[in-house]
Amino acid sequence: MGKILMKGNEAIGEAAIRAGCLNYFAYPITPQSEVSEYLSHRMPEAGGVFLQGESEVAVGYMVFGAAACGERVFTTSSSPGISLMSEAISYIAGAQCPAVFVNIMRGGPGLGGILPSQADYFQATKGGGHGDYRLLVMAPASVQEAVEMVMTAFPLAEKYRNPVMILGDGLIGQMMEPVEFPEHLKAEPSNKDDWATNGMDTRKSTKKNIVKSLFLDPVVLNQNNLTLKEKYNRMKREDVMWESYNTDDEYKLLIVSYGTMSRVCKTAVDNMKEEGIEVGMIRPKTLFPFPEKAVFEAASKNSCKMVLSIEMSMGQMVEDVERCIHGKRPVEWYGSCGGDVPTPEEIMDVVKSYL
Amino acid sequence: MQREVMFAGFGGQGILFSAKILAEAALQEGHEVVWIPSYGPEMRGGTAYCMVVVSDRPIASPIVSNPLHLVAMNRPSLDKFAPVVKPGGVIMINSSLIQIDSGRKDVDEIKVPVTDIANEIGSIKAANIVALGAFVARSRMVDFEILKKCVKDEFLSKEKLIALNMQALESGRLAALNQ
Repeated sequence: MGKILMKGNEAIGEAAIRAGCLNYFAYPITPQSEVSEYLSHRMPEAGGVFLQGESEVAVGYMVFGAAACGERVFTTSSSPGISLMSEAISYIAGAQCPAVFVNIMRGGPGLGGILPSQADYFQATKGGGHGDYRLLVMAPASVQEAVEMVMTAFPLAEKYRNPVMILGDGLIGQMMEPVEFPEHLKAEPSNKDDWATNGMDTRKSTKKNIVKSLFLDPVVLNQNNLTLKEKYNRMKREDVMWESYNTDDEYKLLIVSYGTMSRVCKTAVDNMKEEGIEVGMIRPKTLFPFPEKAVFEAASKNSCKMVLSIEMSMGQMVEDVERCIHGKRPVEWYGSCGGDVPTPEEIMDVVKSYL
Repeated sequence: MQREVMFAGFGGQGILFSAKILAEAALQEGHEVVWIPSYGPEMRGGTAYCMVVVSDRPIASPIVSNPLHLVAMNRPSLDKFAPVVKPGGVIMINSSLIQIDSGRKDVDEIKVPVTDIANEIGSIKAANIVALGAFVARSRMVDFEILKKCVKDEFLSKEKLIALNMQALESGRLAALNQ
């Protein structure tokens, strides 16, 4: 089948179904409402469950419930809605259940605005909810990549028994691009009999499975956190994803940028190359685990004098960039987060001001 | 090669829809394409605009400061976007609602009374398709026959409207070519 033109939000909904997820709970919020609109007819058609919750708080726990029962489940929201879901996300991580959350970011804090933003980087990668947990966070830069990341998210969530977040922005949700749904990314159901409350009859077992995040015994709680930590370390070993762009040439400056912002930076890099100015770029595809080694190595190149973190926030990812460069190169930040995505010309001016 | 067009007008004029048909036609021609709506808190009667980017190569930045072409359906759209159109591009002005010209000497400007034409053929709602026909005939951004097929496909579920919209497309084409 050829590619079809689809809006990011609708493609995300379709991708989940193609990945074998038949449970979707959500509460509408701009700029991701089209996911819910699309799935309100498509999910029942595919034989799945579509349910609009009474709030994002409720939706978070509907996801927890379905995940605890061993069902493949996902939800989508935008920044303020993800804040409301964060309590449940913490519980789901503590109880080690797989689930997928999609955040189509809008400007904040508070109600902020409805235009594209990347200001939830900290929330997604450093917590959001309480306690020592991490999400595996993937950041798509196109509608096609959003499709592939959503389809990959379910097996990853099940591999780690941990929530996975797709961190897109308003533009990824709103724009239309040609997409296809790769058949090979359709995930087979995984066996959850060891832990899920999927019914003792179903799994023909006498063992009771209990899903919980409450561990009052300090030794047991510490052990649970050590187990989680080992999973997060394993993510760092096995599932770091990034793209290197124009890093073979002798660049003086390295850009680190992700999502929509990275596409604007790519055009800036291409245009500057035509002018004879080499600029390298690393685009993290996973924000946690962060491509620490790739950024460090690209920054360590002899020709490279500095690193510029370009993001639609007031400087969040820049802290991870600084952390993994260990002071070896100066790190600067550039960005905006009112909703106007910086233009390629703007990025070129900023880069040139440092050269 | 990359080409861009900004469709702009009032909310309710079918800006996003006609842009989507163009994007669909470009995809069917085998191009890379991005369709980017303005999705601010607009309402019927507010401003609406939509950019379509078409390229032979993967499209990096979906954000374009200077589109090659402009389809201006109302005065505020012309005021806002005419100054940023690239030299050599087409500016299509809906002369039913816009009494001025773009003031640009380095572009291919055409004035087509698309709202009046749509009224004459039976429905003011078809003004966006008249504009699409006029714009594509002049800019040749996509093949006109493929565009026709895409308009037809869009109205498959509302068969009654196919004839009207095919007429709208053709009226736009003729109006543009007669300038």
